[in-house]
Amino acid sequence: MADLLRLENVSKVYSHGIINAHSTIALRNFSLTLKEDEPTILTVAGESGSGKTTLAMLLLGFITASAGQIIYRGKNIASLHGAEKMAYRREVQAVFQDPFAVFNPFYTVDHLLTVPIKRFGLAKSKADARNKMEEALTAVGLRPEDILGRFPHQLSGGQRQRINVARALLLKPRLLIADEPVSMVDASLRATILETLRNLQRDHGVSVIYITHDLTTAYHIAKSIIVLYRGSVMEAGDVDRVIKEPQHPYTQLLVDSIPWPNLDQRWGAQPIKAREVGGNTDGCRFRTRCPMAMEICKQDPPLFRIDERHAASCFLYEKRPEIAKAQLSELLPV
Amino acid sequence: MNTILVQDPARPVEAVRLRAVGDGGPILRVNNLEVTYYTDSGRAKALDDVSFTLNSGEKLGMVGESGSGKSTLALAMMRMIKAPGRIEGGSVVVGGGDLMTLDAESMRKARLSRIAYIPQGAMNSLNPVTRIGAQMVDAVKSHLPREGRAAIEARCKRALQSVDLDPGVYRMYAHELSGGMKQRVCIAIGILLDPHVIIADEPTSALDVVTQRQVMETIDNVQKAINAAVILIGHDMGLMAQFVDKVAVMYAGRLVEVSTVREMFTDPKHPYSQALISSLPSLGNKGVFQGIPGLAPSLLRLPSGCAFHPRCASAMPHCTTIRPEPQVLPGGRRVTCHLYDGEA
Ligand SMILES: Nc1ncnc2c1ncn2[C@@H]1O[C@H](COP(=O)(O)OP(=O)(O)OP(=O)(O)O)[C@@H](O)[C@H]1O
Ligand SMILES: Nc1ncnc2c1ncn2[C@@H]1O[C@H](COP(=O)(O)OP(=O)(O)O)[C@@H](O)[C@H]1O
Ligand code: SF4
Ligand code: SF4
Ligand SMILES: [Mg+2]
Ligand SMILES: [Mg+2]
Repeated sequence: MADLLRLENVSKVYSHGIINAHSTIALRNFSLTLKEDEPTILTVAGESGSGKTTLAMLLLGFITASAGQIIYRGKNIASLHGAEKMAYRREVQAVFQDPFAVFNPFYTVDHLLTVPIKRFGLAKSKADARNKMEEALTAVGLRPEDILGRFPHQLSGGQRQRINVARALLLKPRLLIADEPVSMVDASLRATILETLRNLQRDHGVSVIYITHDLTTAYHIAKSIIVLYRGSVMEAGDVDRVIKEPQHPYTQLLVDSIPWPNLDQRWGAQPIKAREVGGNTDGCRFRTRCPMAMEICKQDPPLFRIDERHAASCFLYEKRPEIAKAQLSELLPV
Repeated sequence: MNTILVQDPARPVEAVRLRAVGDGGPILRVNNLEVTYYTDSGRAKALDDVSFTLNSGEKLGMVGESGSGKSTLALAMMRMIKAPGRIEGGSVVVGGGDLMTLDAESMRKARLSRIAYIPQGAMNSLNPVTRIGAQMVDAVKSHLPREGRAAIEARCKRALQSVDLDPGVYRMYAHELSGGMKQRVCIAIGILLDPHVIIADEPTSALDVVTQRQVMETIDNVQKAINAAVILIGHDMGLMAQFVDKVAVMYAGRLVEVSTVREMFTDPKHPYSQALISSLPSLGNKGVFQGIPGLAPSLLRLPSGCAFHPRCASAMPHCTTIRPEPQVLPGGRRVTCHLYDGEA
């Protein structure tokens, strides 16, 4: 079975400053495989700064890996050219986090949507292009007649965010990278957009990497989850197991901080230990905030297998069998 | 301003503020506020007859579909609506005076000092090439003509401290801060002059749950310290359940329900509120995406009668022709729906 996408020990290091350069490891030794004929929805979760957007940028080829390689349909994405590169650009689409950042204020919504249609030759005629735009806008709950012709500042936050989703849908991708696609829409629309993503996976064979800090939606849409903290995998596995029975102290903090819409389930029994600027660069990355930290945590914790579909990178589980980080994907149900 | 400020030099931002508001009534009264956007394709009434009140120290959640007018309401209260939008009527009374009657200069002074606004996406609007401290000083120096540079700086650093930021942030640039830190800087700017009312438009929707909890705890603390009224605009009903005292629901530019948070979650009255509450996720209903059927109405062509009628499961014949007006139910809840005609 062919692989759609394979990340092999990918790391990304950002260095700041020229002299006395100190650097941030935004992603560390990350491996992942998505199969071509098993479309899935995988969540990558973690707090801000955990490396989620870095992962998205790497997958899109916007930045290059500092180590390791990213293979798309058998080819290293760093070496794609011509038609192959064009195909990759169309087949891997993204919906970005911040609807306020990506819009050029001088172009109307129409422009934003016609550019990709023209660029990838998706429509046979003007009327066909118009139809495709209207179809995509309707799929995300927008009224084309209200939206087309408008400038970004004339739209609400949620409207802009949905236009991003519509743009990605237009291109009928193989892989959709959705970086916080529903953070600014209401519960009802959130349901609509997530449903759209799920249909994309179920009916159109598109794999979705759903990047989020919102474990509630992750739980509802995804099959599997990878929890990142400061560039390292903390816990991974079946989304049900990880969210209902988090094993890693960091995941436990995340789950404890979910504001459930339930008056009798108050959030945040666990006090938050603030993250220090920078933080330790060796051993368990969560060490300085971890209520369970031990002496041994000054070493790098490997991944320990909790069960068939669940692993945690934490010494609390050192009696369990170890699993190589490169084998992570084997744990994840599709 | 009718305020007495009891300054404790050690903890000045947490100064106890005694507010003499005359009758001891609400600190904020919004009455019949109306806003229209004059677009090329027609007139869109983005706010229609919006009224509500808020007491000092009270926290109101403002929810509603994307495009329902929440940010417009915030901008209108700040008198920051820009063309093609226009405030067509209504009043916003903060601690006694109506903001709508102020001249431009007095309104400029009222912003931050009487009413502060933390816009949607605020953290992206920090200037990338100016240090945080300089941006804070800029925001307030014209409000404080009698305060020296050093005093203003001290005030800014105290504000940073009150949102749990290291005073070192004062000398940093926006790109050196995480999202949560930037958002807390925006909150610090918002509270620099101890406003009576703070409006925060989706302050945490771009932040992870842990940072979100920290930011909300921060807002809670500063709000208590200065006894301000807070309006939290947002979509996250979970956050509302954890944070606010009252919930107001907007639909197509109108307030359709105002209830206490407990009433809203246990016994929502308006059919739209009911649909909203039942679309909420929980651990028990995995994979059920219960959105509200139908599209949000176009403000350019609102349905006749009740604007919610095409999507309403409880609609009655007269809902398509007669527009419901807000009514106060026994117990003080406000609902705009024909189902409760005669109960008020
Ligand atoms: N400058 C403008 N010109 C024309 N129409 C506008 C303008 N600003 C907002 N609108 C329209 O007014 C309506 C209300 O917008 P507003 O930004 O208040 O929504 P919102 O409730 O804050 O939504 P969200 O939750 O998505 O932020 C929307 O239909 C929007 O498209
Ligand atoms: N262009 C950049 N230059 C330097 N550091 C960066 C850059 N982009 C991200 N980082 C750093 O890399 C880490 C991961 O960031 P990011 O991938 O944006 O996280 P997330 O999307 O999970 O919030 C953070 O410490 C961030 O400050
Ligand atoms: S490895 Fe140690 S410090 Fe890290 S999460 Fe586990 S117990 Fe805590
Ligand atoms: S007035 Fe009628 S249509 Fe409108 S919400 Fe009430 S029952 Fe539904
Ligand atoms: Mg990000
Ligand atoms: Mg808004």
